[in-house]
Amino acid sequence: MALKPPAKKVRMKEQEPQERIHNFFEVALGYSEREAMEEAKRCLQCVHHPCVSGCPVGIDIPGFIKKIKENRFYEAVKILKYYNNLPAVCGRVCPQETQCEAKCVVGKIPGSEPVAIGRLERFVADWEAVNVKDNQIELPENKNKKVAVIGSGPAGLTAAADLAKQGYVVDVFEALHKPGGVLVYGIPEFRLPKSIVDREIAYIKSLSVRILVNTPVGRAVTVEELLQNYDAIFIGVGAGTPKFMNIPGTNLNGVYSANEFLTRVNLMKAYLFPEFDTPIRKGKKVVVVGGGNVAMDAARSALRLGAQEVTVIYRRTEQEMPARKEEYFHAVEEGVHFRWLTQPIEYLGDEKGTLIGVRCITMELGEPDKTGRRKPIPIEDSDFVIEADTVVEAIGTDANRFLLNQFKGLSINKWGYIVADEQTGATTLKKVFAGGDIVTGAATVIEAMGAGKKAAYWIGKYLEGEFNPWK
Amino acid sequence: MSNEILKKTKLAPQVYDFIIKNEEIAKRAKPGQFVVVRIGEKGERIPLTIADTYENSFRMVVRAVGKTTYELCMMEEGQHLSDIAGPLGNPSEIDYFGDVMLIGGGVGIATLLPIAKELKRFNNRLHVILGGRNKDYVIMLEEFENLCDELIITTDDGSMGIKGVVTDGMDLVMKNTKINIAWAVGPTIMMKFCSIKAKELGIEKIWVSLNPIMIDGTGMCGACRVTVDGKMKFACVDGPEFDGEKVDWDELLKRLSQYRDEEEISFGKFKEQVGDLSWL
Repeated sequence: MALKPPAKKVRMKEQEPQERIHNFFEVALGYSEREAMEEAKRCLQCVHHPCVSGCPVGIDIPGFIKKIKENRFYEAVKILKYYNNLPAVCGRVCPQETQCEAKCVVGKIPGSEPVAIGRLERFVADWEAVNVKDNQIELPENKNKKVAVIGSGPAGLTAAADLAKQGYVVDVFEALHKPGGVLVYGIPEFRLPKSIVDREIAYIKSLSVRILVNTPVGRAVTVEELLQNYDAIFIGVGAGTPKFMNIPGTNLNGVYSANEFLTRVNLMKAYLFPEFDTPIRKGKKVVVVGGGNVAMDAARSALRLGAQEVTVIYRRTEQEMPARKEEYFHAVEEGVHFRWLTQPIEYLGDEKGTLIGVRCITMELGEPDKTGRRKPIPIEDSDFVIEADTVVEAIGTDANRFLLNQFKGLSINKWGYIVADEQTGATTLKKVFAGGDIVTGAATVIEAMGAGKKAAYWIGKYLEGEFNPWK
Repeated sequence: MSNEILKKTKLAPQVYDFIIKNEEIAKRAKPGQFVVVRIGEKGERIPLTIADTYENSFRMVVRAVGKTTYELCMMEEGQHLSDIAGPLGNPSEIDYFGDVMLIGGGVGIATLLPIAKELKRFNNRLHVILGGRNKDYVIMLEEFENLCDELIITTDDGSMGIKGVVTDGMDLVMKNTKINIAWAVGPTIMMKFCSIKAKELGIEKIWVSLNPIMIDGTGMCGACRVTVDGKMKFACVDGPEFDGEKVDWDELLKRLSQYRDEEEISFGKFKEQVGDLSWL
């Protein structure tokens, strides 16, 4: 019996590196129907399906893969959409290697790769977009209760969709002119085309979710008004404020936060300047500080803007960097340089206030810290200068205090994030729930979606009178 | 939130006064706050101050300096701006102070107006200095005349008021009245010199309204960072008003020049399309 599946995932076609560094089109090109069915055959359909436990939104993974194998794609869509409101997004940007695919039994066979669950999810979502014209799901009877969702990123959109599917009236408040949060301002086109985000948002709107753009809560609509006019509130505003190293020269022209750099590129389409009005510095020599996915996105965007040399500097080593392997490999293929154990200590500028270089110091790894990672320690007198006309600091984000300060009675922890029950998302303030990065600090799209999903469930229970932690 | 241009009036060469329909902003805006505007699908997001509010609309005064502001100033009554987010920023901290000095230059005069009105509502005595290149650029004169207790006009060429700059006006006010608090709104370089002058004259605090490069206006991008009292502040959420004596002006002036080359490209291309703009 040929039970043992092929060792390797069916390869997904990609744009060649030398070609793709000159455009912002998507790098990975997706599976054909035949390729998807072939990959689906690798799934063992094991009874205890450990993959599902690795998924923050608990998708019936073997279920939808089985339908692909059987060439019943429409049924695969239905299963997937039941659990996940943003499958085309998740199929592209979820870190499957540490979630569902990490638990896959096929992946445990020596020499074998796990089933390409992410690629299959992407396939199903993209198949639907092409082949299903009007996938209107039937909504339950309107329950005449209103929920306000603050923020239209992955957490907010998921919560909104799930609440609408339960029959609640949902208004989503978004400060920017376009919904999607980090999906539209943070993740570049070559990794997540905006047309795909638009498509999934159109689906969420089709569930009767109202999205109010240009509406910063706390200013355009007050917290008191929300508390008065809605039966429950979900805060999913993300952790949007950029952190800076705060080293000398931070305010030189040419020094960007990753948020600013990526917002210009993605949301404002600065790579199409002057066709689009928002400019961006098209650096020749670019240094990106950080080792996460955001750093990879910034480095690869800089290349596509026409940089001759892009160097990522990270204070630990390749082993410790938090970026997804796939993104890191893509960056390497595209010619991004990496300098490990390197930390910027000063930005150097000319008399006009323009960046000309980065003074760095070499680090060594000491004892593991509380997180288990070895702590980088500067080596004395090891500093050197990298020539650069653009720097992007991608060292993480903090909670934006401006909204939270206005929620009187909402407990905030010492890092500035909202204190919320891990299971339910309930905060310390009556009828207010929260989830996503504003509770956990910067994390992944799917974790934020998981939090939105859980909160939507418990908000439903609260509105039905079956759950009340504020008694 | 229709964002329709209800009324457009020319105040000075390249300076236009707009009344925009937007009930939400009209209902909530307070003096000192601003909006972020995007006029069309391919447009950039630019911050503009709210000059006044009415029942269902608000007022903003725009000077055409680059592509986007020219394009905006060329829009007509009945047209719609695609996006306006706001009100944003902290309102001015207004109270009864007694004698207050208010200094306005260029379109900063429009930003100053709601602050002046609110200060008057708190029964302050207003000593106002308005400056412009020449008499054509001193806008909103009548509105200030009806409001202030002392009014000094300065023009570079002496075509109206005294020949000189606003800081000369500050000296004049201080000759007769002891001032402890002031507001200065105008070009960055003007606010810098007003702040230096305020310190010389012993004015304890001079509020300035900063207008750095900004994208989202909600503390997300960090483009609008300024150094105030040695600390990094975001003008959009920590400001836009700061104590002028503590602002690192030279750094701010350099940061404002960040996209000068790109602005020229963009504006050049725009002029090729629309032709002569000197009439505006």
